[in-house]
Amino acid sequence: MTATAPTRQRVRPDIVHIPDGFLDAKTALAAAALSCAGLSLAVREVQRRLPPARVPLLGLSTAFVFAAQMLNFPVAGGTSGHLLGAVLVTVLLGPAAAVLVMSAVLILQCLLFADGGLTALGANLFNMALVAPLVGHGVNRSVLRLWGTGLRTRLFAAAFAAWCATLAAAISCAGQLAMSGAAPWRATFPAMALIHMLIGAGEAVITALVLSGLARARPELLTSAAETPGGSRSFVALGLLGSIGLAVFVAPFACSWPDGLEKVAAVLGFEHQAAERPVLSAPLPDYTVPGLASQAWGTVIAGGVGTLAAFALTWWLARRLTRRQRGTV
Amino acid sequence: MNLRSRLLSPSPEPVGGGSAAVKLAAALGFVVTVVLLPRGAWVAHGVAAIALLAVALGSRVPLGGWLGRLLWLEPFAASMAALALFQPGGLTVFLAMLAKSTLCIAAMLLLSSITPFHESLKVLRRWGVPGLLVTTLALAQRYLFVLADEAQRMRRARQSRTLSPRRTQWWSLLSGIIAQLFLRATARAERIHAAMCARGWKP
Repeated sequence: MTATAPTRQRVRPDIVHIPDGFLDAKTALAAAALSCAGLSLAVREVQRRLPPARVPLLGLSTAFVFAAQMLNFPVAGGTSGHLLGAVLVTVLLGPAAAVLVMSAVLILQCLLFADGGLTALGANLFNMALVAPLVGHGVNRSVLRLWGTGLRTRLFAAAFAAWCATLAAAISCAGQLAMSGAAPWRATFPAMALIHMLIGAGEAVITALVLSGLARARPELLTSAAETPGGSRSFVALGLLGSIGLAVFVAPFACSWPDGLEKVAAVLGFEHQAAERPVLSAPLPDYTVPGLASQAWGTVIAGGVGTLAAFALTWWLARRLTRRQRGTV
Repeated sequence: MNLRSRLLSPSPEPVGGGSAAVKLAAALGFVVTVVLLPRGAWVAHGVAAIALLAVALGSRVPLGGWLGRLLWLEPFAASMAALALFQPGGLTVFLAMLAKSTLCIAAMLLLSSITPFHESLKVLRRWGVPGLLVTTLALAQRYLFVLADEAQRMRRARQSRTLSPRRTQWWSLLSGIIAQLFLRATARAERIHAAMCARGWKP
């Protein structure tokens, strides 16, 4: 495939920007409240920790994310994808600064380019500027804690974190749409989750490649942000906000899981019945639909398999990148 | 591929005489009203559309460009709205969402073309947005196009020096460009900080 200009230009990053009119008042306001709180926390944390000399870097990183998102990475056919950048910025600047930078990106997209609705800005901020960086940071840090800090581990951690963050943001978006009655959970969740597992794979690969390129030029860039001490309290607070949001938007749908033993039996009993009936004609409300239960199991299994696959593939990618590096040195 | 071409008017001049605060508040009010309109109230949606058209005509925004940009952004909202069809009564929901999102996108496009961005930022600052975020937005908007052009130049240079790369090779090359872009952004940020301090900026 030649490197001529890809035939289709993508307008926006892959995580969908929710336009106006899709969310109902309660979802939009809840998301806006959570995003405001999260953004204030992040701003305060950045003000406390960032040396003044680095303040312009926030603005430049925002512009960098925009510019990087415009580069088209050819996929099959005439389509192309591109970098979202949330986890890349998280690894390079730390979680609080990443929240700030991604928020600025989204605000600019909304105000300048009408990309993403104004009333939906709270929800978009929550998904892409809170959930994505925080999940990314959490996964990244956990992997580094478990497996040490060699270059290969760093690349693997960042790549896997990018995949997880993409998926988490997409699920959060699906939850918000379902809560607003805009799109039913049983249609949105599988579609968003499966599509974004693939998109997350692309994000993981690009993140790892960019970081390996940076490691060659300025290796200290990769180490500066991930190990800031004492930042954990604000991270916990931000993480708590993210968890509350996910609980509000996603749990009502995801927890069709049974609470008590009777419900387990009922769900499993219905499951065999529902397998023969078409899902869309199920008359019961969403979270007790037997069809949903069986589909939820299917999605859970697919999710589990997908996660393991992403884990293995990102580890293989990191290994491949570092082996090539050692070879060229 | 040009980022500037995505804007309706790359350097908006204050039009209509109203202050930026009025324009921002009006846009916000319009968007909120449209979003809150009940789903079947097509007359109300029509009235909103006419009102928006009147403002566009009054502010002498190029109508062709405005509608063209709107049409280009439509498919993304439409494909997302299509998820609504998977439920009973989904057609009304789909049409309502499509109508609302179209009206609001049109309003935001209009807003961005009749309000200079730095005016909007001043208004945001007055309305209580933290200074750090406003500074970030200002710097980002200023260097957005600079960095985007730089990225496209690097891509074109790479493209002209590489004969028929495979897809995997091209991914690796583009990622290298992104890495370079970040390094240049970092260096530029340091220069900006020095320049700001030399002009008396205090954090």
